[in-house]
Amino acid sequence: MTRKISIEINGRLAEGEVEPRLLLADFIRDVAGLTGTHLGCEHGVCGACTVQLDGRPVRSCLMFAVQAHGHRVATVEGMAPDGDTLSTLQQAFHESHALQCGFCTPGILMSMEAFLREEPDPSPASIRAALAGNLCRCTGYQNIVTAVRLAADRMQSS
Amino acid sequence: MKPAPFEYDDPQTVAEALDLLARYGDECKLLAGGQSLVPLMNFRLARPGRLIDINRIDSLSGIKRDDGMLVIGAMTRHSAVEHSTEVAGGWPLLTEAVGWVGHGQIRNRGTVGGSVAHADPAAELPAAFAALDATFRVQAKRASRLIGWEQFFVSEFTTALAPDELVVAVEVPRPQPGVGAAFVEYARRHGDFALGGAAVTIKLDAGGHCEAVSIALLSAGPAPVRATSAESMLRGAIVDQASIRAAAVEATRGLRPTADLHGSTEYRLRLLQTMTQRALIKAAERAKATP
Ligand SMILES: Cc1cc2nc3c(=O)[nH]c(=O)nc-3n(C[C@H](O)[C@H](O)[C@H](O)COP(=O)(O)OP(=O)(O)OC[C@H]3O[C@@H](n4cnc5c(N)ncnc54)[C@H](O)[C@@H]3O)c2cc1C
Ligand code: FES
Ligand code: FES
Repeated sequence: MTRKISIEINGRLAEGEVEPRLLLADFIRDVAGLTGTHLGCEHGVCGACTVQLDGRPVRSCLMFAVQAHGHRVATVEGMAPDGDTLSTLQQAFHESHALQCGFCTPGILMSMEAFLREEPDPSPASIRAALAGNLCRCTGYQNIVTAVRLAADRMQSS
Repeated sequence: MKPAPFEYDDPQTVAEALDLLARYGDECKLLAGGQSLVPLMNFRLARPGRLIDINRIDSLSGIKRDDGMLVIGAMTRHSAVEHSTEVAGGWPLLTEAVGWVGHGQIRNRGTVGGSVAHADPAAELPAAFAALDATFRVQAKRASRLIGWEQFFVSEFTTALAPDELVVAVEVPRPQPGVGAAFVEYARRHGDFALGGAAVTIKLDAGGHCEAVSIALLSAGPAPVRATSAESMLRGAIVDQASIRAAAVEATRGLRPTADLHGSTEYRLRLLQTMTQRALIKAAERAKATP
């Protein structure tokens, strides 16, 4: 049995007729065509698939697409204001070398964007605590912490 | 697509959910936050033929005061408990415990009811509920009942719930005034399941004697363990380093936590003692600081 669903992704409605077992992550990637959301472990541990559901970061590998019907989802593709400009947080990642292979980056950006909304002036310790739900095999995290702090400074002064 | 195919219902009311449970019982599974069930389904370790998704039942979530008691709806997300001023004010043990559950992203979806129904022996909330003498409100189409935590948790991943029953809420009695509480645990990495932990509440009299105490351990056995003999040892005694140390040793007497690659039984016992000791010290300090 399939179901007709529609999910608002980055302000646009994505529609599809899907089996209930289709994961939200796979809907985002294969039906909506937004491949910025990555899948690593598919059991909630790595954080690569993190998206925002109604503004809060969640694992898109641990939800079925049918559950997001009628909800709002944000993915990394919605962050940059246009094709030439990065968001403040993305720009800070770029400048601070907060990514290498980039596999973890979309999930980390989704987590950190929501984190900075809740905590606009975080200490390095609280940035680290907030990062615990996202694994990165490349950077060693130092530059990610630097980038989040840099973004916080810029957001506060603007 | 990773999970095996299943039929799917997302009822809007408790009555509809109970109808479905009565009809399908063993063939179906409830889907709450999905943070334990969906990983199992992605690996096909669980292949339920039908899911009853209770996320669209609004009446199941929320935190209320009822006659002094705290009543937490089953679908209340961990993050709602974490940020509730009501909970922090009257039941700070829960606030401290829930902060240890996985990561923020997990707590945004995972639910209180799912955590108790899943009954992982390493889970934080079941141990905290044991320390606070919580009771679970359970409904089926045929009847409703209240189950105390001690009857509810049967063994690892096993509860007293029948296949047609739904946990609707957790009732937590109000701690006495002047009680100090603490939750401590140790895990290999932030957000991992605990190798050992303790949830403690304690009340002292003016002379520093223990008036009331509860000690619950996680990752100590197949279900949350209340260290009742350690509790009776402490009750009436002066709470100092020596009595806390002795109680911590007593708390693990007779326990045989299962060895695995993260730690031997011996290691886990020592860890549980240390966790109990730290939790008692912290809780007693907090009890002294509360008027
Ligand atoms: C990476 C990761 C790390 C985690 N770390 C921790 C941790 O450190 N500590 C911890 O405690 N948990 C941890 N969890 C698990 C998390 O807390 C889950 O939220 C919780 O165990 C189950 O809640 P849920 O709402 O997600 O339930 P679900 O996964 O939806 O359901 C779990 C089980 O309970 C049943 N069920 C759910 N709700 C009800 C109900 N109301 N009545 C009857 N049965 C019901 C379901 O049928 C299912 O069998 C972690 C999860 C992940 C993915
Ligand atoms: S792919 Fe979802 S957390 Fe790893
Ligand atoms: S940049 Fe490669 S995993 Fe993080």
